[in-house]
Amino acid sequence: MSAAELDAIYLTIALATITTVLLLLLGTPLAWWLSRQKANWSALVEALVAMPLILPPTVLGFYLLLLFAPDTALGSAWERLTGTRLAFSFSALVIGSVVYSLPFVVQPLQAAFQRVPQNLLNVAATLGAGPFDQFRSVVLPLTRRSFVTAASLGFAHTVGEFGVVLMIGGNIPGETQVLSIALYDYVESLQFAEAHRLAGGLVVFSLVLLFLLYRRDRQESWRVQA
Amino acid sequence: MNGLSLRLDCPGENDFRLQLDCQLPGTGITAIYGPSGSGKSTLLDCVAGLRQAAAGSLVSFRGKRWLAPDALVPPWQRRVAYVFQDARLFPHLNVQQNLDFAASRRADDNGASMPQVISALALEDLLQREPAGLSAGQKQRVAIARALLSAPQLLLLDEPVANLDHAAAHQCLACLQQLARQLDLPMLYVSHDIEEVSQLADHLVLLEQGRLVDRGPLLDLCGRLDTRLSREEQAAAIVLGTVLRHDPEYGLTELEVEGEILLVGQQQAPGQSRRLRIPARDVSVCRQRPLDSSILNILPVTLTQLEADGEARVMLRLALGAQYLLARITRKSASRLQLQVGDRLFAQIKSAALLMESADQHE
Repeated sequence: MSAAELDAIYLTIALATITTVLLLLLGTPLAWWLSRQKANWSALVEALVAMPLILPPTVLGFYLLLLFAPDTALGSAWERLTGTRLAFSFSALVIGSVVYSLPFVVQPLQAAFQRVPQNLLNVAATLGAGPFDQFRSVVLPLTRRSFVTAASLGFAHTVGEFGVVLMIGGNIPGETQVLSIALYDYVESLQFAEAHRLAGGLVVFSLVLLFLLYRRDRQESWRVQA
Repeated sequence: MNGLSLRLDCPGENDFRLQLDCQLPGTGITAIYGPSGSGKSTLLDCVAGLRQAAAGSLVSFRGKRWLAPDALVPPWQRRVAYVFQDARLFPHLNVQQNLDFAASRRADDNGASMPQVISALALEDLLQREPAGLSAGQKQRVAIARALLSAPQLLLLDEPVANLDHAAAHQCLACLQQLARQLDLPMLYVSHDIEEVSQLADHLVLLEQGRLVDRGPLLDLCGRLDTRLSREEQAAAIVLGTVLRHDPEYGLTELEVEGEILLVGQQQAPGQSRRLRIPARDVSVCRQRPLDSSILNILPVTLTQLEADGEARVMLRLALGAQYLLARITRKSASRLQLQVGDRLFAQIKSAALLMESADQHE
């Protein structure tokens, strides 16, 4: 395997890991809020979260690219704070991936949170548990499995990202050239043996991950009961 | 000011509103009694802080304001434990861990101890079990134990034995009664079962369509004709008696009630003070003491009140010393006997159910 390929693998794993951690940190409160929200307008937030599921990644990438440009508020603030450019950087990829993979983390968490009966939280409250305590000691243990699902899906989806990365990251080896882009390069330059190696590896990785997730869902018969 | 004062205006589903303004005692068991949909559970939810009452509502307990225009104590700081009809045990924790959940969050160590609660509710053999594997009665005992271990200042119970079979319900009620006395813990007990209420309650609050229609000491309310209770089919007076002795020859127990002897079919240890529930439909009256009746319990009483009860029947309130019996007879009988307030009569009691040991003070 070439150094460029190893770079791409490392970059992809780093991107997916950082993105997944950020998504869990941001997605958990968002999913909790959505799961307890009854107001109609929260459906708008839900729709926004789900947008990356149906939008072509290039649409998302296009708008993010405009947003990251040095002359925008975000782009210039970033430059002032970090001294580097946001566009075509690894940080830009992280931000793009967080937006792009958001529904894959928020949706399973939201569904799991909605299955936690309010009854149990009321009991916890009357036993002296405040909101954070209720979340930590009742909600988290009851939804632990969905966190694994959400993290796996977020990770896998980020690994499989292409359009957004192409639009906002460019194709800088060691900085923004992730696996899917490297694969694209190989195909463009008709290096099919190398392309096979990367494509096959991604297929196997995705298959194994999904197989493990679904097998666990079959084996476990966790029941949330009131 | 050391009880629970409530001024509630709380909207519910379908135009329902709970609206009441009252002081409830801060000791003993207060039963909230009324038909389904009368607002009993809403009342408990408001006391626990789980339901939002409309502006202007007030809740204070022992002088501490839980809800006022300028105060709102959240449920987790009220130190009110709540036992629901469904036990609501945490499914990811076993029995011991469910108990620990409450014990580790208690505000002080004044409440019941873990060994005390485990033994009172007979949970020794269940501690390592998962909630899913418990029977309804076992779950409810765990739920009661868990509530007590949070060292509450007030215990709320919402029909805790409604889902249990008779034996399990009886066990739970006996435990509750014993605990209420041992721990000196005030309880609000919601029920639509008057027999349960008669067993347990010291005070009674009658709710109807979101309004408080009557309240007072249980024995007093049950012996009156001007409450909703006396119009119910199962209307019954509750009297206090002291167990004198057991007669093994006939399998009967003698009780002394206001200087008179009453015989019941359950064996009890002498000396205990007991509540007796005497259904109004099982009491008849006559002017002379019948000498050849199969009915054993014939007590001299004075008619103090007479109220029409539907078209065909009347309810009588009969004074037996300082206590009262109710009798439901036909209007025709009342007219044939020419019953007048003040008449000295004999009450024939066909059945009297001995309730659990009571802590009532015999006045």
